[in-house]
Amino acid sequence: MSVSGGHAPKSASLSTEMAADAPPPPDVRPSRLILILCSFGAACGLALALAFEWTQPRIDAHQAMLTEAAVREVLRGPDHFTPLYVSGGTLTATAPAGADPAKLDRVFVGYDQSGKAIGFAIPASGPGFQDNLKLIFGYDPATEQLIGMKLVDQRETPGIGDRIEKDLAFVQEFAGPRTPIEGVKAGRGQGNAHAVDMITGATISSRAVIAIINKRVQALAPALQNYTQQQGGAR
Amino acid sequence: MLKDLSWILVSAALVNNFTLTLFLGLCSFLGVTGKVSTALRMGAADTFVLVLTSVAAWFLNRFVLGYAPYLRIIAFIVVIAALVQIVEMFVKKVSPTLFRELGIYLPLITTNCAILGLALFQTNRGYNFIQGVAFALGAGLGLTLALTLMGSIRERVELSDSPIFARSMGIVLIIAGCISLAFMGFGGLFSS
Amino acid sequence: MTATRAIEDFVDPIWRNNPTFVQMLGMCPTMAVTNTVINGFSMGVTTTFVLVGSAFFVSLFRKSVPNEVRITTSILVIAAFTSLADMFVAALAPTIYKALGAFIALIVANCVLLGRMEAFAQKRPVGRSVLDSLGTGIGFTLGLSCVSAVREILGNGTFAGIHLFGPHFQPMLIFMLPPGGFLALGFWLLFLSYLKARKKGHRRVRLWPVVVTRRKVAA
Repeated sequence: MSVSGGHAPKSASLSTEMAADAPPPPDVRPSRLILILCSFGAACGLALALAFEWTQPRIDAHQAMLTEAAVREVLRGPDHFTPLYVSGGTLTATAPAGADPAKLDRVFVGYDQSGKAIGFAIPASGPGFQDNLKLIFGYDPATEQLIGMKLVDQRETPGIGDRIEKDLAFVQEFAGPRTPIEGVKAGRGQGNAHAVDMITGATISSRAVIAIINKRVQALAPALQNYTQQQGGAR
Repeated sequence: MLKDLSWILVSAALVNNFTLTLFLGLCSFLGVTGKVSTALRMGAADTFVLVLTSVAAWFLNRFVLGYAPYLRIIAFIVVIAALVQIVEMFVKKVSPTLFRELGIYLPLITTNCAILGLALFQTNRGYNFIQGVAFALGAGLGLTLALTLMGSIRERVELSDSPIFARSMGIVLIIAGCISLAFMGFGGLFSS
Repeated sequence: MTATRAIEDFVDPIWRNNPTFVQMLGMCPTMAVTNTVINGFSMGVTTTFVLVGSAFFVSLFRKSVPNEVRITTSILVIAAFTSLADMFVAALAPTIYKALGAFIALIVANCVLLGRMEAFAQKRPVGRSVLDSLGTGIGFTLGLSCVSAVREILGNGTFAGIHLFGPHFQPMLIFMLPPGGFLALGFWLLFLSYLKARKKGHRRVRLWPVVVTRRKVAA
């Protein structure tokens, strides 16, 4: 009674009315209470399990579609790509035993039509202006160049910070620069292979994107190099 | 590690203040902020339950919900309701004075969406145990700050001579909007 | 709530006891997801679904559930319907799901729902409970749509995605930002209470504090 009676003082009329015509509590055996609660719980659980069975494949399919679209975009249309799992500083094609594949750190390696690896699509995240940014970027370890970048999730200020996702000129800046990339004022980066033009007025958000990519590349570079060398040796 | 934790804490308290930016726990924000003292107490009670919830949610996520993610909402709300009940009994036993002072606010916490919101956000972001507690502490501090600010402004508003049609919740919401605007200034606090 | 006829159960919460503007319940989604009309409207519809579904079941089993576990079972039923809504929206409308985020799950903590269960569905027959919660749901959707319309038109220059003004329109960004939620609802409430004050017979509603009025007269 008290729980709902006190939602908000605004609903005072509501709670007094409830108090007035609520029936007096009948005597019930505790066993009956438990039985009722359990049967309600079981019914709810069953309904939810059924709904889960029906909806989960659709949700997963949608998620896979989004990931695929993002990978294709940042690798500029690879012929096909496969996921690799990052564990202990190395990349493996199969998930280590005992770990949930969905929860592991993943990167995607893309191939062109001849089966040659053209680069990695690497998801990354880090603090932005408002909240954490999630993005995915394409990276070629052979030339140390970025291929592309796409924001996956961001809560930057609408109209200001969110231009890091919506401003195509800014997104295009991430095709080609060598890592470590550095943010420069628009137009000041002529002749600098590392330069990325930042958005005027959204400097902090732009810098956040650059910092996230640099940090991630730095952390993964040895693993990526090793992997490409191994693959190259095997071929 | 420490920088990570402080980012979580300050982000939850100021940059992404639960009440003023994420709009969680508005019922109590608008309902019990008539006086500073009650607002402060409500904030303290909220913080306490938030930290407990964060711990409970971590346990649930770690040991139970991995097998049945579709039961998440039910499990969280039931655990929160139970927690609030336990806290209520505990406070009643240990300190009847405090219990009297908190009065209606303790059971009110069950339907406070900030608590459930914390559990859900913590799950979505995959925080570990310590990160979760830091997040809950930050959120609690942010809530308390927002409630106290609002309470002190409203005490003054009560005494001021406002037009007849503004003596309603409308003016309170406009004030809340102004505070929220001020809190937007905290954005970018942690960016390079 | 003292309505005697079934039709009043339905109509009353839409306007006279509107959950958003009059009862001021369920404020969290009212401000959090109302930055576009589509978001606000879909949140309203989702809430209506949960409301009607749980009112049906709570009312159906009202005689077999003893008083001691009443609230617990209500919460259980609401939580079940919220989870259902959460999964269905995620599966059928992923873009809306992304925009609404955790706020679908937070329907369970919406005071409107438990309020309706306690005050109405607990003790009325199924038909009337469903009517009442449908009315509440529509009233809630109306409230959300009103708030989000203001925010989207002023903050983005669009209504449900359609551009209203020319390309030179400079949107009032603040209405898309969090403070805009408070401000939009605040202005709606001020406007409504202004109308109410007019209706009550205050012929000329004083718009300024006395001090300001006096200064104006003196000047």
